Amino acid sequence: MRYTTVIGLEVHAELSTRTKIYCSCKNSFGSEVNSNCCPNCTGMPGSLPTLNEKVVEYAIRMGYATHCTINPVCKADRKNYFYPDLPKAYQISQFDIPLCEHGYVDAVVDEEGNTKRVGITRIHIEEDAGKLIHSENFSGSLVDLNRCGVPLIEIVSEPDMRSAHEAKAYLDSIRAILQYLDISDCKMQEGSIRCDVNVSVMPEGSTEFGTRCEMKNVNGFSAVERAIEYEARRQMEVLEAGGTISQETRRWDDLAGKNYLLRSKEDAQDYRYFPEPDLGAIVVPEELLEQLKATIPELPGAKLLRYMKETGLPFFDANLLCENPDKADYFEKCLALGQCQPKAISNWLLGDVSRILNEKNKTIADTSLAPEKLCRMIALIEKKTISNTAGKTVLEEIIWSDKTPDDVVQEKGLAQISDTSALEAIVQSVIDANQKVVADFHGGKTNALGFLVGQCMRQSKGQGNPAIIRELLEKALG
Amino acid sequence: MSLYQLTAKELHRKLCNKECSAREVTESVLGRIDACEERVGAYVTLDREGALAAAGEVDKKIAAGEAIGPLAGIPVAVKDNICTKDVLTTCSSRMLYNFRPPYDATVVERLRSAGYVMTGKANMDEFAMGSSTETSYFKKTANPHDLARVPGGSSGGSAAAVAAGEAVLSLGSDTGGSIRQPASLCGVIGLKPTYGSVSRYGLVAFASSLDQIGPFGRCVEDVAALYGVICGKDPMDATTARRDYPDFAAALKGDVKGLRIGIPKEYFGPGVDPEVKELVYAALKELESAGAVLRELSLPGTDHALSAYYIISSAEASSNLARFDGVKYGFRAEEYDGLTDMYEKTRSQGFGDEVQRRIMLGTFVLSSGYYDAYYNKAKLFQKALRAEFADAFQDCDLIATPTSPTVAFRLGENTGDPLKMYAADICTVTVNIAGLPGLSVPCGLSQGLPVGMQLIGPRFSEQRLFDAAYGFQTIRGGSLCGIPALA
Repeated sequence: MRYTTVIGLEVHAELSTRTKIYCSCKNSFGSEVNSNCCPNCTGMPGSLPTLNEKVVEYAIRMGYATHCTINPVCKADRKNYFYPDLPKAYQISQFDIPLCEHGYVDAVVDEEGNTKRVGITRIHIEEDAGKLIHSENFSGSLVDLNRCGVPLIEIVSEPDMRSAHEAKAYLDSIRAILQYLDISDCKMQEGSIRCDVNVSVMPEGSTEFGTRCEMKNVNGFSAVERAIEYEARRQMEVLEAGGTISQETRRWDDLAGKNYLLRSKEDAQDYRYFPEPDLGAIVVPEELLEQLKATIPELPGAKLLRYMKETGLPFFDANLLCENPDKADYFEKCLALGQCQPKAISNWLLGDVSRILNEKNKTIADTSLAPEKLCRMIALIEKKTISNTAGKTVLEEIIWSDKTPDDVVQEKGLAQISDTSALEAIVQSVIDANQKVVADFHGGKTNALGFLVGQCMRQSKGQGNPAIIRELLEKALG
Repeated sequence: MSLYQLTAKELHRKLCNKECSAREVTESVLGRIDACEERVGAYVTLDREGALAAAGEVDKKIAAGEAIGPLAGIPVAVKDNICTKDVLTTCSSRMLYNFRPPYDATVVERLRSAGYVMTGKANMDEFAMGSSTETSYFKKTANPHDLARVPGGSSGGSAAAVAAGEAVLSLGSDTGGSIRQPASLCGVIGLKPTYGSVSRYGLVAFASSLDQIGPFGRCVEDVAALYGVICGKDPMDATTARRDYPDFAAALKGDVKGLRIGIPKEYFGPGVDPEVKELVYAALKELESAGAVLRELSLPGTDHALSAYYIISSAEASSNLARFDGVKYGFRAEEYDGLTDMYEKTRSQGFGDEVQRRIMLGTFVLSSGYYDAYYNKAKLFQKALRAEFADAFQDCDLIATPTSPTVAFRLGENTGDPLKMYAADICTVTVNIAGLPGLSVPCGLSQGLPVGMQLIGPRFSEQRLFDAAYGFQTIRGGSLCGIPALA
């Protein structure tokens, strides 16, 4: 029998507010163990939470960016359970009235720019727990409470995805939106995005979902793909063997590429949710909602499709340009100058500019490369004033200095030689020095011509106009 | 007359006039503690050195000619569930037998800046759960009016300390009557403030939506002065209200003419001792003679209040007390096998029976499938009861009832019967559920034991309660509380 896989995701994203959600401790990763802690973070008797309103604002922006309805009046609830990394023995979360609900994301799923709409059930705010540490020098467990109270949003999707690929596309969209809104660091390796994955399978064509299993804390987006594929296959095998799926929570082991039973439905915890009595209702004034709504930029998915449509860029380029808002913004500034072709801008940005930035571990904002300078350089190439090779030299200079492309061209004498008489001498000397290659060319090896063009370019110190050189060569070689 | 017998108001006058030093005041109270603490047992922890040092600071100020506030140099006992930096805060529980908080509660911070002298930490029912202070892990506290009887609870140590002259003032906390009932049984004045008027930051939570810290004293002026220092918005407690408070003590009026006092019949039913009823009625008649207007009324919701109270308070307690797990501070069982066993043994050995009973009750009412039938229904009842009180206050300015259905019972008399013990809260729990202020004032003796009258007002009507009580105190010749000899 053929099966359809049904997937729903719960994404936990740490918000990058300056302070924690319920106290004024610093919200930062990598500090000394138990240093960003107050009586609240350590669950001291008598301590009380006070809400960081920035957290509410960040979450509402995510809500607007995913087309959610915002509940202007909601509340916090306690989720009760015992664990040593949870000092109060309850997590302050939201239960029946989330801050945001009923939204969706259009995730781009292929290179044609086709999208898949994934429903967002709800987005709520909650606090993170601490971390257990195990040390070789100590037989017990140690606990670091720095992460207690780090603000999280939990984004719960509808079970709308039908393949691991769609789930990955959805996660990419969520991450890109978080980055565009600048509300989360989105660093997987620091655990700032974590994912619970719900998977079920049903016979192809069926409309009735199968029993689902949940995998907790799958770290990394590609791990999510692997975990889904494994779990779907496991369930299909159980069904094919005549078995039934029971609702359970499983743990994904990415190294082993397998998952294991964590607990069955019967062992499910009763969290005894009830309204947090230490905090009042969360009330968001109408004006603030309007203000927050106005801060939502064009989102990466829409931008990507617009680039493809308006500039004719292929998916690959458009997708990379939209990856982060700074890059996209830079690209659009270049486009607006109207001096050069979109594809040329994209090639330079994604090619040499990215390479230089990566080598130095910098962003474009750290450079002196104003869009005007980059476009002027590209325009010089397009007008054949300089060669492509000379363009690279120009870029290396103008990216870190106040020099304009024209300064560099002049300083270094990079202007292309299009004067035929000057080039004819070079062509002749290259032919003389490379008789064997010339023979190859006559023997039918067409790529020998390319080699000769290259030699001429070298002799002209990169200043020869390659098109003219090629023309002259072809003429000389008959 | 010794200094420990005086009120804060009188002591303040003497300090300002340099008739005595703050050190002498503190020494007098410490002397009284030496004389009778062994029999009364009001304190879990005494802080003699801290008290004398604080008094010394006040004397320096006076010597330097600086003005001092009404609480400067006044010896105050603090209930042992209110966090005091570096000073043991045990909640009278084995669970916190060694717990020294790293921070001060907001009320303690405010009192410190007001120059108070903390004598020590007052005994209480374990985690404030009880009505007799008998569930304390450490000791029993005796009623200064009859050492064979309980002081009430849960703030029994705070009430007994003030009643015995072992402190001039004290702080308690009230979740279902824990200030007013012991005030009534010990013959002192105690206020449960409006919910949200006093910061709970640093009060070890029992039931967060009902808990409120409040003052004990031996005259209305003192209680008003102490309340005036501790009330107010606190950025550390999101449930405190932002509003302006008057100088309560300075604004006191003794005139009760035209004051409409409601008398709800449900609080004078068959469960209330006849002599208690008579003494409260007699007090009301005296107020009527002075010009107050008495009105009978009905608060039918009262009949369900006790059930709703035990559901809400136990539910919140089950969550609030979950943090006592042996991981971070306080007691941990010595022997255990793995994490779950450590939790179970720590909590079974660290908590007493009454606390465990409430945690189980609270866990049950919040559990899946029972939430709607219990917790949700109790919260709905809470709304209805608030509306009922609001209605009642359309026709009267305040409401008067007995504070406790009986006088102080004998030590051990009710310990075997939790339900009988719970019934001690019958007259006081509605005030917490509705978030109102309630003041207990002594109104007479029944067989030599104090009886208290409870005055209840609308939210934030503390000034009105103080005025009425002050009027009553004036009628009674300026004094409502005497310190027993404890011979």
